[in-house]
Amino acid sequence: MRFFLEVLISGLLSGVMYSLVALGFVLIYKASGVFNFAQGAMVYLAALSVVGCMEKGVPLWLAIILAFIIMTLFGIATEKFVLRKLVNQPPITLFMATIGLAFFIEGLAPMVFGSDPRALDIGIVDEPIEAILNSWGMVISKFDLVAAAIAALLVTTLALFFQYTRIGRALRAVADDHQAALSIGIPLQHIWAIVWGVAGFVALVAGMLWGARNGVQFALTFTALKALPVLIIGGFTSVPGAIVGGLIIGASEKLAEIYLPPLMESAFGGNFGGIEGWFPYVLALGFLLIRPEGLFGEKHIDRV
Amino acid sequence: MFAYRKPLLMTAVSLALLSQAASAEDQFFPITSYRVGPYGANGQSFYGGFVDYLNYVNLKDGGINGVKLVWEECETEYNNAKGVECYERMKAKAKVSTGPIHTMSTGVAYALIDKATEDKIPLAMMGYGRTDAVDGSVFPYAFPLVTTYQMQASAILKFIKDKEKGSLDGKKIVFLYHDSAYGKEPIVALQEEAKLNKFTLIQIPVAHPGNEQSAQWLKIRQENPDYVIFWGWGVMNQTALKAAQKVGFAREKMIGSWWAGSEEDTVPAGDAAKGYMAATWNVAGKDVPLIADIEKVVYGAGKGDLQDKTKLGTILYNRGVSAAVLSVEALRGAQAKYGKGKPVNGEQVRWALENLNITDARLKEIGAVNLLPPIKTSCTNHEGSGMVKIQQWDGAKWVPVSGWIEGNKELIHPLFKTSAQQYAKEKNITPRDCAKES
Repeated sequence: MRFFLEVLISGLLSGVMYSLVALGFVLIYKASGVFNFAQGAMVYLAALSVVGCMEKGVPLWLAIILAFIIMTLFGIATEKFVLRKLVNQPPITLFMATIGLAFFIEGLAPMVFGSDPRALDIGIVDEPIEAILNSWGMVISKFDLVAAAIAALLVTTLALFFQYTRIGRALRAVADDHQAALSIGIPLQHIWAIVWGVAGFVALVAGMLWGARNGVQFALTFTALKALPVLIIGGFTSVPGAIVGGLIIGASEKLAEIYLPPLMESAFGGNFGGIEGWFPYVLALGFLLIRPEGLFGEKHIDRV
Repeated sequence: MFAYRKPLLMTAVSLALLSQAASAEDQFFPITSYRVGPYGANGQSFYGGFVDYLNYVNLKDGGINGVKLVWEECETEYNNAKGVECYERMKAKAKVSTGPIHTMSTGVAYALIDKATEDKIPLAMMGYGRTDAVDGSVFPYAFPLVTTYQMQASAILKFIKDKEKGSLDGKKIVFLYHDSAYGKEPIVALQEEAKLNKFTLIQIPVAHPGNEQSAQWLKIRQENPDYVIFWGWGVMNQTALKAAQKVGFAREKMIGSWWAGSEEDTVPAGDAAKGYMAATWNVAGKDVPLIADIEKVVYGAGKGDLQDKTKLGTILYNRGVSAAVLSVEALRGAQAKYGKGKPVNGEQVRWALENLNITDARLKEIGAVNLLPPIKTSCTNHEGSGMVKIQQWDGAKWVPVSGWIEGNKELIHPLFKTSAQQYAKEKNITPRDCAKES
């Protein structure tokens, strides 16, 4: 039972890390109705900006501020040079534009900051909490707990922002219908620039935590891989959904990784494992069949 | 402010090199490299070392017996399709004269084996690739030189056995591996070793890319093994080191493969990497006479390939130099047999690769003694060495903690033979009679 709990908690905490990446997708989707393929690349760019600045002798706090400025400028540039030309185009056009954007970032970021994998020390050691280890014999990482706290803070702030501020309401209006939003005087360009800036900030937080955990390197772009099933389960338009989806994916994939292989081995023979690579997608597929809009997503109804 | 000028410069230099036509008197090297993309950092070091040595031979000796070395690089981004495309682009030139192609990618090597055999262009797969190509009777143009995954795993076990006073009986060893062909290759060898040495082998795969391993490491903690043998790649390496730290598994009991034993693997993991060990078939450091001389001759002349000179002497840089040393030695051997002072073609280089005999004395002449192990190849043994050293990360650099260790050849090589025969049967290949090869 202790081991089961240990795996479950570890999975939930891993899920929070997935949620941090998924949040960026949700923000862009809410504001523009497009799945931003470049979110993983933005995580990479943000983390690389921090270590790139630090290598020039800039202290961490200032590097974070500079990286935030870089991400905001990037967001504004994306709106000005990519999205503005595509207003009222079908979502697939916007989606294709983000694919191009992803390749652009993946080429540009290492060209500017170098491609070597680098360590990022944000002052939180990824070690077990002694008290829990001694009393319960369970490994719970300090780092994972801090990441969970940061994610909780982000989600609360973003949920309140969307629900109770004028900009938040404008964002939701833009997401529903670009043209209708424009017709009632909502400044679409400003809204998109703001939301890409906020998504850049979320990418910065995710990039720093993932970078501190595994090193800052090209593989940060892969963090987006797990965001897709998280979004399918939580819903593409829900900030709290990103968290719940992340928790479900994290916990279920870790439990599956531990407890499914012995069952599969006894049934089919051989050696099984590496299940967490595909399990989240199978789970997401199941959700798509039962609840296509996700747990917290908005039901899409077309009037005929 | 930032590093953008260097890649632009590199691009300009690459274009200049591309336009450098190989004349009939020059020896051509087709280089399928990856300097950008997900594993670009590794490629920059390896191919930096490779190109620097070719430049060194030109600058120091005026080429090989007066034959100047020229090369063309084609960027694969570690992508199999692009690797094949690059090969096709360069093969017309390579059919005239060629050095062996180093793909530094098992996937690209697999994709090229049949084509290269047909085109008579030799492939060198140092420590990777299709490992049953050790059997040259079935794979005449493929050379998994120096060592293979299986021999490496066997050598790691020999090292552990020595630490355990000569016995692995009753020990528990976890094999944590990248769930791919690369990760799975040593399993048969490890299973055979487990039977022979009576230890318990627990296999734990990690799905690509391996940036999440908490479940695997909780399982390792629960199993409480004596050692973890680790076959990682890319981000999986740093993640494993951090995860080992998280569950409190001693890094001194963790031994990686040579794909998991470079500075690129340990530096990003910070303190978590300290004490971790890995196998290697070449040592790091600028104190190797050849590396020091390359710095003097090539970088002194302002012709160094590295954008970041701090990579000089790193594991992957020195590996690139080692690969180039073996390639150039093969060309020397081919010239010695087929005519000194003339470029050699793929068939001639193939013969030379199959008849390499690089002794310690020869390595000393080159200034590469102890940089890599001595090598003697033959038709039945395209590996030629099977030796690795174990090195340990001291927090700042890799330090060798063993001499050259050879895997259990009697146990492992018959596995290659069986696999190669199976391949020959599938592809309808009649193996050469190695007894008749000179």
